[in-house]
Amino acid sequence: MRTAFFGALAEVAERDPQLHLIVGDLGFGVVESFAARFPDRFLNAGVAEQNMTGIAAGLALSGKTVFVYSIANFPILRCLEQIRNDICYHKANVKIVAVGGGLAYGSLGMTHHATEDLAILRTLPEMTVLAPGDPREAAAATYAVAAHEGPCYLRLGRAGEPIVHRGPINFYIGKAIRLRDGEDITLISTGGMLETAVCVAETLAARGIESRVLSMHTLKPLDTEAIHCAAKETRAIVTLEEHTIIGGLGGAVAEYLAECDDARVPFRRIGLPSEFSSHVGSQNYLRQRYGLSPALILQAVESLLETVRTTSTH
Amino acid sequence: MAELLSVLYGRILRVDAARPDLPERDRFVLSKGHACAALYVTLAECGFFPREWLDDFYLDGSRLAGHVTHKGVPGVEVSTGALGHGLPIACGMALAAKRDKLNYRVFVLLSDGECDEGSTWEAALFAPHHRLDNLIAIVDYNKIQSLGNVKDVLDLEPLPAKWKSFGWSVREVDGHNVGEIEASLASVPFAPGRPSCVVAHTIKGKGVSFMEDNLLWHYRAPDEDELARALTELGADE
Repeated sequence: MRTAFFGALAEVAERDPQLHLIVGDLGFGVVESFAARFPDRFLNAGVAEQNMTGIAAGLALSGKTVFVYSIANFPILRCLEQIRNDICYHKANVKIVAVGGGLAYGSLGMTHHATEDLAILRTLPEMTVLAPGDPREAAAATYAVAAHEGPCYLRLGRAGEPIVHRGPINFYIGKAIRLRDGEDITLISTGGMLETAVCVAETLAARGIESRVLSMHTLKPLDTEAIHCAAKETRAIVTLEEHTIIGGLGGAVAEYLAECDDARVPFRRIGLPSEFSSHVGSQNYLRQRYGLSPALILQAVESLLETVRTTSTH
Repeated sequence: MAELLSVLYGRILRVDAARPDLPERDRFVLSKGHACAALYVTLAECGFFPREWLDDFYLDGSRLAGHVTHKGVPGVEVSTGALGHGLPIACGMALAAKRDKLNYRVFVLLSDGECDEGSTWEAALFAPHHRLDNLIAIVDYNKIQSLGNVKDVLDLEPLPAKWKSFGWSVREVDGHNVGEIEASLASVPFAPGRPSCVVAHTIKGKGVSFMEDNLLWHYRAPDEDELARALTELGADE
């Protein structure tokens, strides 16, 4: 996703002379080509995220489209008040990009696990929150946020994720993308869980269970219409996210469903427990430990479907 | 700080109340957002908005909140109120001017209390490195912060030397002497290629005997009797 992001960013920068990129002294091996191509529109703010964020606001209030790039929690947590007051309150045209969303920096430890970002940023007024599901969506999301006037948060994975979408995609902020359809269950995924969602759906299909798969690449504004349809047209909903189950995709969908009077549906949130990782290991290892591997998700989904079957026969 | 604003808006800032959004205007950022009353009055005096707006300042339904807000208030560049935000934003604005090859200056007024904030010093480090000589930081050094004297809470001394050591060109002025303030602000940048810092030595509540240097008046608003006495002492004719 990182490569797709920088590719798209360079293309936008070529067309838009107001586009600036600020980094927080991170991005070794990936930011150099932008810096070399657009030296007057690149800035390394140093290891000073509060100032970096304030500068981004100041540049944006002077007419620039500003991308701020850093890894994991660094561009959002230390400087959260700058994001809230300086960027969101002023509707400053700043796009905060965090690479390494979720457990992507697994072995680096809890400081580098960005596992509450979506919940936190989703609560800020004026903020648009995106977590694309594969490199195609990451590129499309980059174009979309660049064209969108106002604050955005873009959560990326790392580099080297597989392309999940086989063909071209129609990407609009706030519109979920349907990857397959079925009536038994809807799997709603955000961010890098998309590949797993599709894999689980394929296994279910082989067992005669047909799934709808939605890539909810935008957390805010939430595509409530897609959720409403899923609640009416399929027998259960499961959300998948590499994020705490509090307040992220699962939380957002739960909030909507709880107030959705005409569509009651069995529902489960699959994500990380609200605890700091006590394990050391790669992204895949940690996903396995926390129930986010395809096999463990499959178990959770089948258990939900079993409950649905038992309840409906009574 | 009334003298600082009066000199800035009366003599220094290239701003036009009729066209508050001109791209080449000078920017003023009031980083000590709690001192918004002084800014609102100054802007009204300069014609950015009607003086009647001041009548319901801070009251239910007012346009004017108790910390600086830009929303619906012409002439206010930036909303502040959480300390340590103004200088980073001002750095961004000054950097934009450099990159756009525009000649505007960015003035930012800080409190001494917000020199406790790390973000202020992050920006203090940034501006000289990027040679932002179109940036002027003014510190209202009244030596009192929220819970006591600066020297007792978290001593800033030697304050001018700290700014200097970060690469700023620094001058100290008597923050109540309008001639000194003007002479100083009229000669920015003090050194080419460097941001300028004016440490303005002030007395909180200057000119009103019962308010001067008294922490209580960081919080209190005068009642009618106190207001009348204050205005008399200030020689104002209401």
